[in-house]
Amino acid sequence: MSDLINSSLRELSAALAAKKISAVELATLFLDRVETLNPTLNAFITTDREKTLAQARAADETRKLGAGSLCVPGTPLRGQATASLPLCGIPLAHKDIFCTQGWRTSCGSKMLENFVAPYDANVVEKLAAAGMVSLGKLNMDEFAMGSSNEASFFGPVKNPWDTDRVPGGSSGGSAAAVAARLTPAATGTDTGGSIRQPAAMCGLTGIKPTYGVVSRYGMIAFASSLDQGGPLAKSAEDCALLLGAMAGFDARDSTSLERPAEDYSRDLSRPLDGLKIGLPKEFFGPGMDDDVRVAVEAALTEYRKLGATTVDVCLPNSGLSVPAYYVIAPAEASSNLSRFDGVRYGYRAPDYDTLEEMYSRSRAQGFGSEVKRRILMGTYVLSHGYYDAYYLQAQKIRRLIAADFSAAFEQCDVIMGPTTPSVAFPIGSKSTDPVQMYLSDIYTVSANLAGLPGISVPCGFGAGQPDKPMPVGLQIIGKWFDEARMLNVAHQYQQVTDWHTRMPEVTK
Amino acid sequence: MSWEVVIGLETHAQLRTQAKIFSGSSIAFGAEPNAQANAVDIALPGVLPVLNREAVVCAIKLGLAVGAQIAPRSIFARKNYFYPDLPKGYQISQFEIPVVMGGGLAIKVGAGNTAADKYVRLTRAHLEEDAGKSLHEDFHGRTGIDLNRAGTPLLEIVTEPDMCSSTEAVAYARTLHALVQWIGICDGNMQEGSFRCDANVSVRRPGEPLGTRREIKNLNSFRFMQQAIDFEVQWQINEIEEGRAIRQATVLFDPETGETRSMRSKEDAHDYRYFPDPDLLPLEITPDWIAQIQSELPELPQAMKQRFETELGLSPYDAATLTASREMAAYFEAVLDVAGKENAKPAANWVMGELAARLNKEDKEVPAAPVSAIQLAGIIRRVADNTISNKIARDVFEALWNGEAADADAVIEARGWKQITDTGAIDALVDEVLAANQKSVDEYRAGKEKAFNALVGQAMKATRGKANPQQVTELLKKKLGG
Repeated sequence: MSDLINSSLRELSAALAAKKISAVELATLFLDRVETLNPTLNAFITTDREKTLAQARAADETRKLGAGSLCVPGTPLRGQATASLPLCGIPLAHKDIFCTQGWRTSCGSKMLENFVAPYDANVVEKLAAAGMVSLGKLNMDEFAMGSSNEASFFGPVKNPWDTDRVPGGSSGGSAAAVAARLTPAATGTDTGGSIRQPAAMCGLTGIKPTYGVVSRYGMIAFASSLDQGGPLAKSAEDCALLLGAMAGFDARDSTSLERPAEDYSRDLSRPLDGLKIGLPKEFFGPGMDDDVRVAVEAALTEYRKLGATTVDVCLPNSGLSVPAYYVIAPAEASSNLSRFDGVRYGYRAPDYDTLEEMYSRSRAQGFGSEVKRRILMGTYVLSHGYYDAYYLQAQKIRRLIAADFSAAFEQCDVIMGPTTPSVAFPIGSKSTDPVQMYLSDIYTVSANLAGLPGISVPCGFGAGQPDKPMPVGLQIIGKWFDEARMLNVAHQYQQVTDWHTRMPEVTK
Repeated sequence: MSWEVVIGLETHAQLRTQAKIFSGSSIAFGAEPNAQANAVDIALPGVLPVLNREAVVCAIKLGLAVGAQIAPRSIFARKNYFYPDLPKGYQISQFEIPVVMGGGLAIKVGAGNTAADKYVRLTRAHLEEDAGKSLHEDFHGRTGIDLNRAGTPLLEIVTEPDMCSSTEAVAYARTLHALVQWIGICDGNMQEGSFRCDANVSVRRPGEPLGTRREIKNLNSFRFMQQAIDFEVQWQINEIEEGRAIRQATVLFDPETGETRSMRSKEDAHDYRYFPDPDLLPLEITPDWIAQIQSELPELPQAMKQRFETELGLSPYDAATLTASREMAAYFEAVLDVAGKENAKPAANWVMGELAARLNKEDKEVPAAPVSAIQLAGIIRRVADNTISNKIARDVFEALWNGEAADADAVIEARGWKQITDTGAIDALVDEVLAANQKSVDEYRAGKEKAFNALVGQAMKATRGKANPQQVTELLKKKLGG
């Protein structure tokens, strides 16, 4: 049984298909691990054994009736069109930002501490339709605002590699849960790096698709023009399978793109001969820790061995990406979070005399300090007299950044660099310095601003405590809608390296 | 010293779509509170707006009807403010680039033939969603929130400050009210709030720059609009004449007192922090789409009025009256289809006269008229071919109104109202009348023209109106040696 926790999704699918294990047994295995390890890691906010097992029983039923038995391990999948359900019966867990009917959806906030959505997010719906079994809801920075998962009403998440350190954020619960093998895979969302950065810090593979590929319906909005859902898993191969099940046009999201369904696994085995890797000098300057640099350089050497060539490219405006991001994201957030006013649902202050008091107290008590900081920033940059100087300027920078990438992609197929400037930092070390915290997104926000897909792949270990080396992530940014190629590039690397198979001590 | 009044109007027309502007909920009026509010309308976490293209069609129709520009690309923005009946904490509206820009409305100020022509320029018209309702009655110490109306599509139509009296403002509002119903984008029901106006009013000395304006909110009847503007103008003049400055403010009209009173001043005005809504793509309108809507648009009142004048020879007043509503115009045209264009003038008189009067008396709308256009055409044709006189025709109309028969001919037949055209019979009759009214005959011969009319009257009376008055007149004149 214990090898099942390290199995790939394809292996789990095969085991289920061959009836070596049932979905109920698999769910139980992981639920038991959650029960044992979650008190240490705090990755899960909500679990419900009965609901999970009911879903698992349904999955077993589906497999028995035949739909899942068509799955033959190793055969190429044809995306949504396939009649088989390869993921049927495989457990996963959802970041608590995705609305789930009947399960609490807190978004990591006191504001929604008792909120149960009457509907499922599109992503939840799709993964359930694929037969996946939900193990519960995962911890996160409140309203996805944070890079360390310290900003959760439900307490910080611990990094399984070193429980004194942060797992990254905002999808910190997702990353910690997969890294500790509490779930084979998890959903996450990425507004400025919230999938890739925790994936890097926890030694996982996580992909943020092109903006518009995954529906935002039912995903609680942080910054609408930047938010994008995606999977965190142990490998690129697993991510390809999951993305196939998550992606697709949704008429309820106006920014969802009408594109034919894709099999993101189709190019996994393609050789990398002739691959051109762009290396932006802006991603390799000062600010990156040496241990990260060493691991990333080593990964590039590996790629050259696989037949790829590297070329220097230039993203001249990338230095403006963090400032632009911290104008646009809070601006949108300040408006998106207005609906949490205590009127219709969510937290309402117990004492108030006037309407204004009801608003101000409910919001003052319901939101944490990082959320309030961003609402203040966003309100400020949209205010009369400041809009042009901040919001409009930031939108211009955003267009320049996208243009930089377009130009760079004339010379290369993918862009590579570090996912984060450092490995996971100790809990509490940056929580009093928001700017330092914001800078941990320095390599990831550009892809969000440009709407580009990005993936983080484990590429080695950097310095931590002597006995606790911390994972380093390599970021691969692809052209718009080039997810299949990026996953191919990541997968080929994972065929010749074993960083992605390493497990933290806590799991053993 | 005299004062000049400057008025601009902002009208919110609720659009006649099936569903709300950004959700699939119904917009029918009068449902149980919150029965027509789905997850999007309540603004649950994670929900997203999707534009209802039906609302865009309505906006394009208005743009075409007022000769405006339709923006090939317009933007939905968020107008941020907190209010309990505004579920998202922002209203989705259009700010910098509205869907309709420019255009204008030709209006008639005053009544009858003395009415003056005026053109009111439009600044813009933009799409937005309505808010819900806060209910303060029946909730002691609390406020009830009904979100049925939240997300109802509105078109806000904004004029330039082109009107200079309450009469002009009302004339504009009436014309717009008729137009939005004519093109079918709004039911015009002012009581239910489907058509409501805000008036921006200021006064100044002739030649001086614009004065500070105050905005009168939510005028939901033309009478209130007139009263509110008149009161406001007088109030502003008094203030200035007594040495006080007007401060920009939003005011409400109280129909009970007939007064306007300040709701909030500029100082506590919101900073709405408008910015483009990232949940919605820019609204793209292709020339093909506009052309298609153009082809489906009914003939507009202005064009129809012109046609009635040139093709049918109607007076501008008649043409304007007949095109006051699409139902009235359609009825008139249906009469002409049967009665023939040569009967345009009598048809116009019938529709504007007898029909309008009866409808008015019984508080009915044109489509509910008991006398159909075809029935009325039947009456007009029988007058035209001398089967009945105008006087009898009114009786026939009355009979049809009361549902006595299926058509004019059946009434005429049943009542024996066919006009006597037999010359011999009328001849004998006229002789009898002359013999019996020697006094009138003498008076006429002595030069009293009035006596002649008395004789005609007597003759018509003797036939119970069935004789052809013209024939009677001619015969009388002949016999009296006229």
